[in-house]
Amino acid sequence: MTTPTSGPNTIAAPPRPARGADPDGPDLPGRPGGRTRRPRKSREEYRVNWWLTALLVVLSLTILVPLYFTVVTALKTQDQLGGTGFAFPTEFAWGNFAEAWQLTEFPRTALNSAVITVGAVVLTLLTNSMVAYAIARNMHRRLFKGLFFYFISALFVPFPILMLPVAKQTALLGLDNQVGLILLYVVYGLSFNIFIFVAYINSIPRELEEAAIVDGASTWTLFWKIIFPLLSPMNATVGILTCLWAWNDFLLPLVIVSDPRGATLPLVQYVFQSQFTTNYTVAFASYLMAMAPLLVVYVIAQRWVISGVTRGAIK
Amino acid sequence: MATSTQAPARRTGAPAHRPDRNRIPRTFYWMVLPAVVLFLVFHTVPVLQGVFYSFTDSPGYGDWSFVGLENYVALFADPQVRAAYGFTFRFALLATILVNAIALAVAIGLNGKIKWKNTLRGAYFVPNVLSILVIGYVFQYLFSGSLPAIATALGIDRLSTSILADPQLAWVGILVLAVWQATAFNIIIYLAGLQTVPGELYEAASLDGASSWRQFRSITFPMIAGFFTINMVLALKSFLQVFDHIIALTNGGPGTSTQSVGVLIYRGGFQGGEYGYQLANAVLFMIVIVAFAVVQLRVLQRREVSV
Repeated sequence: MTTPTSGPNTIAAPPRPARGADPDGPDLPGRPGGRTRRPRKSREEYRVNWWLTALLVVLSLTILVPLYFTVVTALKTQDQLGGTGFAFPTEFAWGNFAEAWQLTEFPRTALNSAVITVGAVVLTLLTNSMVAYAIARNMHRRLFKGLFFYFISALFVPFPILMLPVAKQTALLGLDNQVGLILLYVVYGLSFNIFIFVAYINSIPRELEEAAIVDGASTWTLFWKIIFPLLSPMNATVGILTCLWAWNDFLLPLVIVSDPRGATLPLVQYVFQSQFTTNYTVAFASYLMAMAPLLVVYVIAQRWVISGVTRGAIK
Repeated sequence: MATSTQAPARRTGAPAHRPDRNRIPRTFYWMVLPAVVLFLVFHTVPVLQGVFYSFTDSPGYGDWSFVGLENYVALFADPQVRAAYGFTFRFALLATILVNAIALAVAIGLNGKIKWKNTLRGAYFVPNVLSILVIGYVFQYLFSGSLPAIATALGIDRLSTSILADPQLAWVGILVLAVWQATAFNIIIYLAGLQTVPGELYEAASLDGASSWRQFRSITFPMIAGFFTINMVLALKSFLQVFDHIIALTNGGPGTSTQSVGVLIYRGGFQGGEYGYQLANAVLFMIVIVAFAVVQLRVLQRREVSV
């Protein structure tokens, strides 16, 4: 339905002489084969399907409207609330942000979240890829194959079953804090990360390593000098997913962190919500402040994020 | 380090595979050892502990004794547990289907010949960047404040009160939030899948006069069936564990009408002194999830082959 039939038109249309605008244009006549394909391709690419574009723009409002709603509510004063809530604020209440900043102790909470996120991402990339490499290159050995399935099987263990015991265990080990959370993100991410890393490493030809071995490289050197740089697309994917998870996660901090000073951004919204339910404008300012950092990062790194995740999905 | 001495030996010796096979693994062992230990300590041991305590009457602290299968028997007679499973399955099935249908449709659109391709793709991915809990609070206010206001203005009586306060409708709110947030990621996966379909196939098909629906059914869908399988299995698995959405929107209410299995285990286990009992619930839940995943994989993969 949504795929437009462009075929018949494309075939009926004669090759346009106007394609000289194409940088490759002048070369075309000299290239046998390229002559018939090239113009058709580029013409196809430039014939925008405006109906589809319009439809997608309208649909994207479902995403943008709740965000607009968040922003305008955060900027209103108490007496501007009410109605549908979509009205533009008549006067801006910037004080909401100052108040939310104080109530949630934003600098410390955001720093907690940042430390946990950065720690989890860095450690995950350094360790999970290494484990995956060792497993991928030794799949013919029973031990490593067993390890592979051991890690993968955890994908199907629901978190509730270990939620209660792991909360006790981390408390016992004195890890009911940021360090513990970092460790848990690294360990719990392993199942999925191994899955995609191994698939990717299998596509890297072994000849590369064999050549280096002949030159006297050790396994460590092989990994850090050859494999790890080649893993960049996967590292991007795993890094992004780990970052999103660690920054936004609510359940794990909820059951692990015992000291309120160690609270993360989502956790503090939870406490905030139950204490100040009536103070909507300040609450929304606080939500916006919790969303903003990743949103800003995303807007800046948008293309890279999407291509990273896409490449990860293809393997 | 141990392997650095091994390379010269190899160069002088024959292309022997034997020393190769016996020596290199030592480094490989060191590569996996820390991960194995940590995984054992923070995943396997807690899981086993959970299974162990599911056979006890432990309230989470102090003394406990073995009760055998009593917890499990009690689970089946517990109306609260039954209601939680009912809600969770209904929600997870609907959410999985909706998310995949919408994500596939949008992904096909985003893969079409549209203007502002990257910007639109970027916009559709935004929900994935946001915390479910935080965006959930925004939706809560939308459902309880804005929607009734709009409905009243339009004269729709049914929606003039908050749907979250209505035991019959509260789950719809949770579904909307879940679909809104999760579709983004599935769109990306489907986009990745669509890019693996060679354009020549469509050219050939349209030469033969195939309609776009026919092209979708005979080319697009079979070619991305693998992505469909993965998305369905992962989506169902994660929706069965729904937690943040509920905490943000209804906290399980009104009453216990939107209490998912995850919420029930958390509440009963941490706050209700039902540690052992809720662990039995968690073990049962694991068995159910694994069974579902296996069946789903089987069915979907069989279809993948037959198309």
